[in-house]
Amino acid sequence: MDIQTGFFYLFAAVLLFSAFRVVTARNPVHAVLYLMLAFSQASGLWFLLGAEFLAITLVLVYLGAVMVLFLFVVMMLDINMDTLRAGFWKHFPLAATLGAVVAFEMAAVLMSGFRLAVPAVVDAAAQANNAKALGILLYTDYLMPIQIAAAILLVAMVAAIALTLRHRKDSKAIDPSIQVRVKARDRLQVVKVATTQPAPAPAVEAAAEEKK
Amino acid sequence: MMSITLGHYLSIGAMLFALAVVGIFLNRKNLIVLLMAIELMLLAVNINFVAFSRYLGDMHGQVFVFFILTVAAAESAIGLAILVLLFRNKNSIDVQDLNTLKG
Repeated sequence: MDIQTGFFYLFAAVLLFSAFRVVTARNPVHAVLYLMLAFSQASGLWFLLGAEFLAITLVLVYLGAVMVLFLFVVMMLDINMDTLRAGFWKHFPLAATLGAVVAFEMAAVLMSGFRLAVPAVVDAAAQANNAKALGILLYTDYLMPIQIAAAILLVAMVAAIALTLRHRKDSKAIDPSIQVRVKARDRLQVVKVATTQPAPAPAVEAAAEEKK
Repeated sequence: MMSITLGHYLSIGAMLFALAVVGIFLNRKNLIVLLMAIELMLLAVNINFVAFSRYLGDMHGQVFVFFILTVAAAESAIGLAILVLLFRNKNSIDVQDLNTLKG
């Protein structure tokens, strides 16, 4: 058994264990942390497969950004776990059967169908510099899709901000655009007042004074 | 010596996907774990793509993984935003409480 095989089994075992813990963990923070472990192990598998750029992207984008986002949300929400886990073990037999069937069928087909032991011979340049080969492909054949992907990310960012933005009622901040657009008549109001006013009845006022 | 074949990687992907399916069944009420199970499913698919790309010598598979990662990141960002909004309005992330549309 060479060292690559050993690492494959190590990464695979930890990956499957952490994936199992993700779906069974009682505490959602633990689930997110196990998910991070699972992604790091998948990154290791991709390194074994020679996809260095994607492996590093997985660590940077998923472990660095998406999982931290998950962690923030999980920590921000005050979740009552006991009501959410009601019926957890009731569904376990069905879930286990279904999962076993899916895994067994797929493994049976895949193990017998794909016995490609030797990786196909790729040109040496692509093998030596995975990021460069991927970049050349992305910016020539896939130029339009990558622009669309960028647009999707922009739209997702705008949508996420727009969904969660909340205007505070008690804030005293003034919108600058309203300040700029102000007119003199908004600030100064000219009120017509009669130059002479009838004198108030003095007797009533004096009586009120005495009562106090 | 037994070397690692394509089937090994595909089996890992299949088992990961099956675990994610089990997770969706087990945590039917907890929306946040459902999102995590979907992330696991996408990871399983990506492992398959990278394995095929390596063993068939075709870089286009890795390009697909790149796009799947992009879309998955966008999906989880919007999903979590909706989750936060939901918690703000209903004070719960139970899937059973999402019945206002009476679908």
